[in-house]
Amino acid sequence: MSVSVPVPAPADPTVEAVPGATLRVRIRRDGGFQAFTVARRPAQTILDVVTEIQREQDPTLAYRFACRVGMCGSCAMTVNGRPRWTCRTRVAAVAEDDGLTLEPLRNLPVVKDLAVGMEPFFEKWTAAHGAFEPGDAPPADFAAVAPDSPARRAVDAGIECINCGVCYAACDVVAWNPDYLGPAALNRAWTLVNDVRDRGQAARLEAVSGDAGCQSCHTHMSCTEHCPKALAPTFAIAGLKRATARSALKRLSARHFRRSA
Amino acid sequence: MSAGTQTAAPRPRSLRAARPRAGFAAALLHRLSGIALALFLPMHFIALGTALQGADRLESFLGLTHNGFVRAAEWGLVSALALHMVLGLRVLALEWFVTRERTALVVSACVAAGLAVGLLFLLGGA
Repeated sequence: MSVSVPVPAPADPTVEAVPGATLRVRIRRDGGFQAFTVARRPAQTILDVVTEIQREQDPTLAYRFACRVGMCGSCAMTVNGRPRWTCRTRVAAVAEDDGLTLEPLRNLPVVKDLAVGMEPFFEKWTAAHGAFEPGDAPPADFAAVAPDSPARRAVDAGIECINCGVCYAACDVVAWNPDYLGPAALNRAWTLVNDVRDRGQAARLEAVSGDAGCQSCHTHMSCTEHCPKALAPTFAIAGLKRATARSALKRLSARHFRRSA
Repeated sequence: MSAGTQTAAPRPRSLRAARPRAGFAAALLHRLSGIALALFLPMHFIALGTALQGADRLESFLGLTHNGFVRAAEWGLVSALALHMVLGLRVLALEWFVTRERTALVVSACVAAGLAVGLLFLLGGA
């Protein structure tokens, strides 16, 4: 009786590690870099590497994570110069010459080692009027929103943001102008600008225009190219530019009309 | 595995900017070509203004421009004008038509188009 033995498929280079191989990891902390050596493992993620270092080599290493599956957005770090979710990034996909350089997210204050404070990020989210504004007298009935209407589609394009801060760290304008609201806050504002139920549009458009607002975007596309959810904050910001320009023209023509009437 | 060891002095620069950089390069070229054009405009108006003082005055001024340095500057100016235009069209296309692009490819094409116009200017013998 012959038993057919399955032939193992060739190893996937992004999943399988060479047995015995090691990884050199440089982690930015305390104003310098600290070097570690970690064993390569199959399907190893950057978060696995950081966790292994913290649990087996240096328990004082600070970093942040929660879900480990790309839902919470708390494990974002700068990996070899690019902001990424470390839980969804495999070592094999990004290691350069069996080396990794891990740094905290750019544009945010470092709390310790790889953990950054997210306060400025969420303060700007609030400053961009990122909360739904129902108004003083919300309508009693439901708003009918057709799923294929342009406004609803514009909301759909940006609504999946989980505020991980990767776009904020990738943005050059935030690096130049610390007051700039940033891609995530402006993306959130754009989803609400397209919400027919919202009653705070004038104040929101006012908040997102100006020197720290959407008009400062240089269309570098960094946020759109780095977003782990493949959202496009650049286009949300472009939408806000159009909306704020339209609103300014309306105000101007209304003033002119009042004067000439 | 080895325990962590503090390495030598940290790199002097602060956190590196995020890669890739094609969009940044496009914005930089757009800004620099715009500044070059803005600096050129007053000189252009001065040249035109000499025509108000008669054809001879204009001719003598134009005579000053017949040297290699000015020719090279003219080539740079034509390239900058073309580059500024195509990079501006790129931004308009991105922001008005919400088109996803392969940034590095599109920016390279824009730079190539700008330089091609400059080359045509040179070949035209202007």
